[in-house]
Amino acid sequence: MVDFDVVALPETDHVAEGDRAPDFTRPLVNDEFWADASLSDLTADGPVCLVFYPMDGSFPATYIWNELRDRALDDLLTVVGVSISTPYAHKRLIEERDMDFDLFADPANDVAEAYGVAHDLDGMAGVSEARPATFLVDEDRTVQYAWVAEEWPDFPPYDALEAEIRALVD
Amino acid sequence: MSDSDPPITLYRLQACPYCERVVRTLQDLNLDYTSRFVEPMHSERDVVKRVVGSRPVPAIVDERTGVTMSESANVVEYLESTYGDGLVGVDGGAN
Repeated sequence: MVDFDVVALPETDHVAEGDRAPDFTRPLVNDEFWADASLSDLTADGPVCLVFYPMDGSFPATYIWNELRDRALDDLLTVVGVSISTPYAHKRLIEERDMDFDLFADPANDVAEAYGVAHDLDGMAGVSEARPATFLVDEDRTVQYAWVAEEWPDFPPYDALEAEIRALVD
Repeated sequence: MSDSDPPITLYRLQACPYCERVVRTLQDLNLDYTSRFVEPMHSERDVVKRVVGSRPVPAIVDERTGVTMSESANVVEYLESTYGDGLVGVDGGAN
C-alpha cells in the first residue's frame, strides 16, 4: 500500500476460531430506530458476521462499509457492525453509506475488550476503540472464522471473508 | 498556546498510515507533540489550509524552529535530521 512499514499493533489474545463468541447486549441501530439487542438474538436466526471497526467518520469506517455493502453480503447472512460511536452517529453512517447493515453502539468499548480487540488511540486521551476485526459466528455462537488487524491501519481480507461466509452458509 | 504545551503540533487523520509514520518517528525521538485530528474530507480541513497553506496531512508546526511542513517523508527526514542524535536539545538550544 505504501513504500514504508505500516505501524504494527501489539499482539493480542483475541477470541479465535473454535471459541464461543462472548454474548453481549447493546443498542442496535438501524435506519429508523435503535433498541437493545443481543448477539444471541441475531445468531438465533442464523450465522452472523460481526464486524468491529474504527469510529464512525474515520476513513476506515467508510471504506469497510462501502466494501461490505458492495459485496451484498447481507444476502447470505446477518452482517452487523460494532464501534464506539453513538446511536446518532450510527444512524448518519447508515444513511450516508446507504447500507442495510445494523450497527451496535458500544461507547465504553466493553465489547471490543471482551473480544480482545481493544485499541487505545494515541492523541485522543481516554479513548479506546476496536481495532478492525471480523468474526464469523454460527448459530451456536461458535467462531468459525476470525480476522484481527495486526497493523494500523489494516482492512479485512474481503475475499477470504466472503469465501468463508459462502462456505458456511452454502 | 501556553508555555507548557509541546512545541510540535501534528495535524493528523485517524488511521492514516502516513500520519502514523510521523507519530512513530516522534515517539522514537522522544519528542512531545500535540495531536490535532481533522476530517477525512479535504473540504473540511480549513484549519490545515490556514496554518500550513495546503490541506494534506500529516502536517507539523514546530514552534521551536519555526518550521511548518507536510508530506510524511519530508517530515520524518526533518525530524530525524533536526532531533536525531540529540542535534537539538529538548530545551530548544543547540547541543
